[in-house]
Amino acid sequence: MVQLTLPKNSKIRTGKTWPKPEGATNVRAFKIYRWNPDDGENPRVDTYFLDMDKCGPMVLDALIKIKNEIDPTLTFRRSCREGICGSCAMNIDGINTLACIYGLDEVKGDVKIYPLPHMPVVKDLIPDLTHFYAQHASIMPWLETKTNRPQKEWRQSIEDRKKLDGLYECVMCASCSTACPSYWWNSDRYLGPAALLHAYRWIIDSRDEATGERLDNLEDPFKLYRCHTIMNCAKTCPKGLNPAKAIAEIKRMMLNRHV
Amino acid sequence: MRYLTDRKRAVGKGSAHSGAEHHWHMIVSAVALAFMVPTFLFIFGNALGSGYEAALATFQKPFVAILTGLVLVVGLQHFQKGARIMLEDYTSGSARKLLIMLVIGLCWALTAAGLFALAKIAL
Repeated sequence: MVQLTLPKNSKIRTGKTWPKPEGATNVRAFKIYRWNPDDGENPRVDTYFLDMDKCGPMVLDALIKIKNEIDPTLTFRRSCREGICGSCAMNIDGINTLACIYGLDEVKGDVKIYPLPHMPVVKDLIPDLTHFYAQHASIMPWLETKTNRPQKEWRQSIEDRKKLDGLYECVMCASCSTACPSYWWNSDRYLGPAALLHAYRWIIDSRDEATGERLDNLEDPFKLYRCHTIMNCAKTCPKGLNPAKAIAEIKRMMLNRHV
Repeated sequence: MRYLTDRKRAVGKGSAHSGAEHHWHMIVSAVALAFMVPTFLFIFGNALGSGYEAALATFQKPFVAILTGLVLVVGLQHFQKGARIMLEDYTSGSARKLLIMLVIGLCWALTAAGLFALAKIAL
């Protein structure tokens, strides 16, 4: 359900301002969300300053520099540094994206970094994605077959393979789902754009034999029809995918079963 | 505290196997209203400044009376289904069920009142 105010213990207060680097001329401020479950305090926003002449071009470079050189307690997920693993998804300057492929030159003024919105926070910039992953598992993200032939590889035409383009590239970073107001308000039942994009990826796979079963599982006022084509998912996707289109295609397939 | 697995929480009570019908009704009524509402507004606008007797005469014409009845029924059914989606977004639990019942009741009451008024004018 919609929540218009933050719970009392989630209200953000002003945090520590760290000293500016000495002798630097090209300094930039980073305002970063901090929350530690162990200290019982409310979340805060700490301000860090970096010498941009000694910092890499991406937001993740700045975060790593802050962790290495200023504040080792700053906590965030990261791995591949090239937009493939989806680990470093966070809200940068109001946009859900991957810190590793988001350039500092794309942000005007201070760089404001928060965890993905409307998710439980584990610590600092790390959201709890347990439910998000369980929803992904619930759409059966694998090739489901009923027949046991052919017993070697299952072939797919070039045209059918092309239908998977724009779908298989999703790295499950959760940027889209956490940008979706419908997901904020009903994430307990609405599957969200990421899980539905993956659902469509398997529905239209020519080798999959569980199309009807998959559509049956999705035909629900909440699981699928909470999507109101707000399009935040397509706007924010750091990989340039369009989950809203995939959801619309699922809805079209549902209608084709009825009409 | 409930010791449920993540998967059980995600699956919940499973699929309701409904929603496509609602989606189809919204599409059909939206397309119908896209044609009916401008036509109705054009007729209603013309009748507006023409005096009481002339307005009554306009709504006594079979085409106008049928169109007005259809706008009432289709418009309020469309509103009811749209309001249900909105209530499902913004409310939860018993309040959600109660408000949905109220909206359904309100829409049917408005439809009945509108059709009664139309019948008094047109017949």
